[in-house]
This record gives sequence, C-alpha cells and structure tokens, in this order.
Amino acid sequence: MSICPEKETMVTSAVIRNYAYCLVHVPDLVQYGSKPRREIGQHSSIRESIVQALRSYDKALSYPPNQTFIGNLSPGELKNIARPWFQEKTVGSSTGKFGEILDQSSFYGLLKVADVLNPPLFAVDKNALAKLQGRLAAHSLLAAFAARLSAIPSTEHVYVQSDSSRSSPLAMAAEGEICGWFHGDERAEGWGDENLGPHILLENICTKATGALALTWLLDREKIKPEKIDFLISCGEEACGDRYQRGGGGMAKAIGEMCGCSNASGMDIKNFCAAPASAIVTAAAMVKAGLYKRVAVVGGGSLAKLGMKFQSFLEHGIPILDDCLACTALLISEDDGVNPIIHLEPGAVGAVPSGAGSTDEAVFRHYLLAPLESLGLKCTDIDRYAAELHNPEIMEFAGSGDVASKNYRKIAAMAVLAKQLEKPEMNAWIEKIGMPGFAPTQGHIPSAVPYIGHAMEAMGRGEIKRVMFLARASIFLNRCTNLLDGVSFILERNPER
Amino acid sequence: MLTGKKAIVFGERDDISGTTVSTCLKAAGAEIVYEATACFV
Repeated sequence: MSICPEKETMVTSAVIRNYAYCLVHVPDLVQYGSKPRREIGQHSSIRESIVQALRSYDKALSYPPNQTFIGNLSPGELKNIARPWFQEKTVGSSTGKFGEILDQSSFYGLLKVADVLNPPLFAVDKNALAKLQGRLAAHSLLAAFAARLSAIPSTEHVYVQSDSSRSSPLAMAAEGEICGWFHGDERAEGWGDENLGPHILLENICTKATGALALTWLLDREKIKPEKIDFLISCGEEACGDRYQRGGGGMAKAIGEMCGCSNASGMDIKNFCAAPASAIVTAAAMVKAGLYKRVAVVGGGSLAKLGMKFQSFLEHGIPILDDCLACTALLISEDDGVNPIIHLEPGAVGAVPSGAGSTDEAVFRHYLLAPLESLGLKCTDIDRYAAELHNPEIMEFAGSGDVASKNYRKIAAMAVLAKQLEKPEMNAWIEKIGMPGFAPTQGHIPSAVPYIGHAMEAMGRGEIKRVMFLARASIFLNRCTNLLDGVSFILERNPER
Repeated sequence: MLTGKKAIVFGERDDISGTTVSTCLKAAGAEIVYEATACFV
C-alpha cells in the first residue's frame, strides 16, 4: 500500500475493471488501406484482383484468430487448432464474451453517426440511409445510434465538389452496391488542405466509429451509464487535425461525445504501437492519484493498415486476411478488491530512457528486466507474457515471420542472460509463458493489450497470478529519431480476491 | 575480423534491429556506411 499520509484521498491501487474487444469486417474498405490504395494508383487492375480475394462476413466469423480476439476461444485453444486457420469450417459467432465482429453495413451506420460535418463527409444515398438505420436499430447495443440517423437529411446524388484540385470522393460500397460517397471537408476552410481530403478523414472517422463501438461494449459489459465515465484516453494511431496542427488529437473527446460520456473530458496519447500500454499506465496513475474514479482507455481501428499484406495473399492465392478494423476499450478504476491491480510502484512500469540506445538488449533490459528487479521478481515469477500479438498467419504469408514467437525468443534469451533461466529450458518455458498471436495487423491494437481480457478470465479462474504486458513502439517511423521504444506493465491478481 | 570492411545494415524491429547488427559489426571492426530498421507491423 502506498498511501501518502498527507493525502488520505489517494487510493491504494488502480485496477483494470473491465474490457471490450471488437472487430469490424470491412472488405470494401480494404482498397482504401494505405498499401492497396498506392498499388491501385499504380495499376488500376489490382482493384479487381483485391475484390476477387476478399472473404465473406461468414468466413471472417469462422476465422479462429478473430474468435480468439472477441473471447470465444482462448489463446491456448487457438494454439491447438491446426493451420491454415483460414480454411476453418466451424461456424463462428458474431458475438463473443468480450465484444463482437460487426458487419460492414452496420458499421457504415456508425460511420454516418460519427460524421458531424455539414456538408457531410459521408453522403449516403436516400434508400441506403434507411437500410443502415435499420441495421443499427436491429442491433441490441447500437439501436440508440439509429435514432440519430433519422434526423439526417439523405442525398440521392453526389454534390458537386467546389474545388477541382481536391481528391475525388470515395465510393462506399456494401453488399454489392454503392451506398454513398465519402468526401473531404468541402467547406471553404477545407479547400486545398491535404489533411482534410477524403482518405485522411475516412481514416479519422473510422477510428472514431470503431472506438465508439468498443466503448459502447465496455459500458454495456460494466452496466454503467456513459455519464459515469470521468475521463477518456484515446490511443489510436490516426493523426487528426488540419494543415496547422496535423496530429493535434481530440479523438478521445470525439468518441466520448458520440457515446454520451457527457461528464468526461479526455485526451489522446501517442506512442505508436505502445500507445495503449502508455494510456493504461497513465489512466492507472490518474486513478491512483485520486484524480478520477473511472478512466476509459479507447483504441479505435486503423484504416491505413487494412490490406497491408494483400500482395502476399494474392501471390499465394488465399483470401485477404487483413480485412478487419480492430478496436478495444478498457476501464481503469480504483481498487475494487476483485479485479487485477496494475503495479505502479516506483520502477514497476517499464520504460526505455532515450539514452539507452536501440539495441534489442538495451530495450529489453529496461522494459523487461528492470521493472521485475524493482519489484523483487524474476522473469520466472511471471505466469504469462503478452508481447506483440500479431496473427502469425498474416505475418508469415508476408514473409515477416511469427512476430509473437520472435518476441518470446527474445524474452527467454533475456531471462537466460539475467541468469534466471537455463538455456536448455528456453523452449519449454516459452511454451508455458507464451501464446500465439491472434490480432489482425492493426498496429497499436495487437501490441500486448489483446490479452488483457483473456488474462483477467484466467486470473478469475485462479490459473495465473501475474502477467507482464510488453509493448514496443517503432518511434523511428516519425523520421525524427532512430530510437525504438518499449513500455511495459505488470498486472496481478487482486490480493483480496 | 571485419577491419577495413564497409557494411550496409538492414534490420527489422521484431527480428534483429539494425542497431543491434551494427553494434556487432562495429565490434568486429567494420565501418557502417548505412543502417536502417524496418517495421512490418
């Protein structure tokens, strides 16, 4: 317990109280992912090749990694399913213990709700609007959003663009028909601003809508009204803003506003793939300091990463598997005596100082060994490690190998270097502390945090006590540094449980 | 072992980073003329 005597209001610990994980199957948006879009720009015939390789919603439901992401399979059960997973015939459920796999038309309804501009970004055909509204109305958790669509005037035609230098609007197709067009900011203040074109704004609104989906699930799982959320932290990889402040943020409050979190302020945390881990640690510190009682961490999906590996799938003649947006929401609250605590003691949160350098050994010493040492623990005192949980089936077809497996080798190698594990024991230990990746290539979403739900279930069953979450960030992608980053935290079964 | 040799290094974030490879090559006497690390996720 670390109560400051002068500040009796400080709480003893912060816990992860609840979680939600959702996927959104968006085959018709794959063409707008960064890689497909660039390749289609070079060779327009690629668009048809992509269309031919898209999989159905039912196939996306059957896909075992997707069922693992929403909680219907545990990572251990996934490991026992023979690959290739994409050939799995078992009928999959659209809903899971942790969330759901939403269909494209329902998601378009959410996209329309998320669009607050006038003239609208997402101009929906008159007949299609009623259909999208119907899909939301039929959804047990999203019906409240359907009512908001009835107040929106629909359009039967694409309105004329005022600025011929702007990018063309994007066709928004679903179930074989174009149901509308996605525009850039057509107002005068949006003209000539490359940050406000259709692609970037679609990317931003997709993050908002998927974040809202995950937050809606979180609120429902927790059975609390949105007004009970005190603060929101968004950890997505989008970069909202116009030409003067690209990346300025505001996504957390946009998502909170959409979901009715009227009493919550919010902010965005950026740290590439490690942003969810950074956001969880920040939220937990806020709660432990007594600043807020309930902080929601929300991570929306990444449109840019759809179809990132599509060329490999086309080469191998298999369906495009990176066809889902992924999102998560987590509720951090004060210690309830039930849910797992996040270790926040001095040194317990793994961070890599900028002076540490970028070698793997340096990064792992700081975000793996140092936090354990500060808590008086060894590597072998951790029951499970959650590292980069990218679906290996997606990565291996693309020639990038099994990312999760590679990270487990490094963790085990560091345990050997620290003389906490014998080298011959490495493989058996990895089998014990590791798991297969099961998240789609959505950047920040696969980075350690997909296991939180499974970890809390396993802790609840008494199977495990401690889990270490290790998230890496390729901050060198900002072209301002050559550094790698890593953020880690340890989750422990509540001692009062 | 590599004294007098120049090296071009390509690394991968989730495999062996360019910095790690360069550190090893430099220790063996090589001169690193280009180093890059890619992120495939």
